[in-house]
Amino acid sequence: METSVATAQPIEAPRVNYLNKEYGIKSWLLTKDHKRIALLYLGSVSLFFLLGGIYAMLIRLELLTPQGDLFQSNTYNKVFTQHGIIMVFFFLIPSIPAVLGNFLIPMMIGAKDLAFPRINLLSWYIYLVGGIFTLWALIAGGVDTGWTFYAPFSTTYSNSFVILAGIGIFINGFSSILTGLNFIVTVHTMRAPGMTWFRLPLFVWSLYATSLIFILGTPVLAITLLLLVFERLAHVGIFDPAFGGDPILFQHLFWFYSHPAVYIMVLPGMGVISELIANFSRKNIFGYTFVAFSSIAIAVFGFLVWGHHMFVSGQSVYAGMIFSFLSFAVAIPSAIKVFNWTATLYKGSISFDTPMLYALGFIGLFTIGGMTGLFLAALGLDVYLTDTYFVVAHFHYVMVGGTLLAYLGGLHYWWPKITGRMYPEGWARFAALVVFVGFNLTFFPQFIAGYMGMPRRYHVYAPEFQVLNVMSTAGASILGMGLLIPLIYLVWSMRYGRIAAANPWKLPGLEWRTSSPPPTENFEVTPVVTWEAYEFAPHEETKVVGKVERGDKPDLPAALQT
Amino acid sequence: MQSWIPFMPDKASTFADTVDGLYFYLVGLTAFFALLISFTIVFFVIKYRRRSATEIPRPIAGSLKLETLWSVIPFLIAMSIFVWGARAYFQQYHMPNDAMEIYVVGKQWMWKIQHPTGQREINELHIPAGRKIKLIMTTEDVIHDFFVPAFRTKADVVPGRYTTLWFEATKPGKYHLFCAEYCGTNHSAMGGWVYVMEPTEFDQWLAGGANQESPVAAGQKLFQSQGCTSCHGVNGEGGKGPPLVGVFGSQVKLEGGQTVTADEDYIHNSIRSPQSQIVEGFRQPLMPTYFKEQLTEEHLLQIMAFIKSLSPTRTQGAQTAAPATQNNKMTGTTSPEGQGAKSPDAQRSNPIGSTPPSKRLP
Repeated sequence: METSVATAQPIEAPRVNYLNKEYGIKSWLLTKDHKRIALLYLGSVSLFFLLGGIYAMLIRLELLTPQGDLFQSNTYNKVFTQHGIIMVFFFLIPSIPAVLGNFLIPMMIGAKDLAFPRINLLSWYIYLVGGIFTLWALIAGGVDTGWTFYAPFSTTYSNSFVILAGIGIFINGFSSILTGLNFIVTVHTMRAPGMTWFRLPLFVWSLYATSLIFILGTPVLAITLLLLVFERLAHVGIFDPAFGGDPILFQHLFWFYSHPAVYIMVLPGMGVISELIANFSRKNIFGYTFVAFSSIAIAVFGFLVWGHHMFVSGQSVYAGMIFSFLSFAVAIPSAIKVFNWTATLYKGSISFDTPMLYALGFIGLFTIGGMTGLFLAALGLDVYLTDTYFVVAHFHYVMVGGTLLAYLGGLHYWWPKITGRMYPEGWARFAALVVFVGFNLTFFPQFIAGYMGMPRRYHVYAPEFQVLNVMSTAGASILGMGLLIPLIYLVWSMRYGRIAAANPWKLPGLEWRTSSPPPTENFEVTPVVTWEAYEFAPHEETKVVGKVERGDKPDLPAALQT
Repeated sequence: MQSWIPFMPDKASTFADTVDGLYFYLVGLTAFFALLISFTIVFFVIKYRRRSATEIPRPIAGSLKLETLWSVIPFLIAMSIFVWGARAYFQQYHMPNDAMEIYVVGKQWMWKIQHPTGQREINELHIPAGRKIKLIMTTEDVIHDFFVPAFRTKADVVPGRYTTLWFEATKPGKYHLFCAEYCGTNHSAMGGWVYVMEPTEFDQWLAGGANQESPVAAGQKLFQSQGCTSCHGVNGEGGKGPPLVGVFGSQVKLEGGQTVTADEDYIHNSIRSPQSQIVEGFRQPLMPTYFKEQLTEEHLLQIMAFIKSLSPTRTQGAQTAAPATQNNKMTGTTSPEGQGAKSPDAQRSNPIGSTPPSKRLP
């Protein structure tokens, strides 16, 4: 007991770490430290999430009644468009890669930083500039095209700020490309001695796969948006048949990026879940290679299924069949992951810390989200279900029930490493439960509304759908509360939380073998890896590394300053 | 009308059983797997909960047998869904050639519909039960989507081309018509009702608008008033321009050696952009391009109907579309009923939108 008290005392606190090494706004805005850049992303991504969340609440409020009582139709259309644009491009896509990935990839592979620290900072600035353009579009009057920007509505008929928003997303895309490039080069060239490919934590594998999509897919989105802006400005016939263009071409180009983008959003989440499931059951992941390669398979096959968004758009019946077949094929790697996660629990030592609660919730919700994807891949059924609320429910199960839960789980899991403080466990478990209940109440009724035939993007709707919409709105208010609780206690814990040990969860991963928070260079000595991923050696001592700070904090006990 | 399961949509077409069957198959599968995974997780989580802070379980490497099992079984299940779904899709999107053809034009934010006998409707569609109906659809502006939940089918309506949708209603009644592809401000108000009627009732309804001009007659008038006759001949026999008799559905040889099928899209394109596909031997670009501005999509559909009527053998569908039931022989498409109608010019300035709405169902 005595010894544990002694080690639990803030031994790590006075160390020089990446947070207290330098102070001042300049030290943040010009930082090249991947950990500080991750925090810059955390701040900006959270702000966008808050904004997107406000839009979501406005949508649910309006849909409480069948009539349009809160907004004009035009305003409602802008609200759901902006909810989509903000959440997809400025929250979901950057969230896990740019925050958790940025922070953890170098630490997990035993590197001091990413391969290109300056480019990393540049990515954040590009993200910011893209965000500012998009916010400008919102403030100037908004966009009403839907996040999908379908032509010729977006190119010719919409009277909103399509060009500004398009430019914002276009710019933001370069941030993704650079982040992806950085991750790929880092994983290839900067692994610590002994850190072989098959010793990499699965989070790194999933972000590697994500990065492949970033660099291969995002340029297509950039081209598409550029053509859209070009047509809107100069009336060159690309998409609008009135000028000699083809509106279906837009859909092909858009979904060629935006379907893989779905995997950009969910693959990192799967990576987080692999970490959580293995670590909180103190087991190596069941079927490591299958889980690792399923990420790559998803990234590759994800590029071949874009046409399943266009089964009713008038494309050939046979093209539809091929896209449908491939869509079923891409479901298999996801199924493999789910089964392997479940099998990992077998004969484990399972704890119920908050991150694990999120992970278990993820598996359940992702199973439903994934299986309802099969409804939409089934051609004859998709003809009926596409563009209804069934689709809305499906992708929210994947994006919110999947990605958001994984992000929250990951944030709690690595919070002690990031901030050096623990979050309050009781509140966190309570919030996880509230989120889970609120989420299901929000989105499950939408499956039913969808099968009843309620089309999406409807401002006013037929009265028979009201019961389900009231349930959905009630759920959304619970979900909203559930998300505000972590916002409050995480901010609180940054200052008042219990000080975290270097390895509060007692885990073997490299990121836990350095102090919390880590020093700027992550490891004092380059680690040599002699163990497999998730190898829980019973007696191995986790060594704390990091320089002891001298004379920086005079209010600390003298004994700790030497 | 309501099914015994709560929150189920009306069921009123021949597709409904297939789509619902596939749906319930998938609901069953999803429930099975979601419960299987959930129960397994709950079981493991309770059974293998951490009992002491220091325990380290023995690692388990994995199992190729299990991996194979849970790759192959889901794949086989997925293929069963694929085949079922593909068959339903083929049924939905493979157009029958004995259907009654109705023209639909989408426009922000209304549906304009014209029956082969000339009746026009806005945001309403009256059809007989037990008969195949084929919609030939296009739009004046953005993409729309014709969606009737009770029929379990929908199709996008795309500018610059024709899309088709067919169904056979099984049960008389009043069903929602929605626009399912986001199309701007009043997207959610762009819809109305489909009235499925008993065939005899439908005949009465059709007779109520008997002095309307049929699309073929209207198209013929446009053909004359727009000056098409000077090159294509009074009856489409050809002249300076290629002949139109028998063209629809045939293989047309183009300048440059290409061959195309003269379908709706080809004819539409040839009127809107005459220079894009030139028939072999007519290299001189004589045809004016101003039709793009002068003719609305509805006019084009009427001219199309006329041109199709010049190829009677290939277009049984269009012809059988008159107020016909099993015991009532159809009126020909060149019946004199169009003669009392308005002149094409008056008609052009007075498009479907301004004609009084047709009779509603009682």
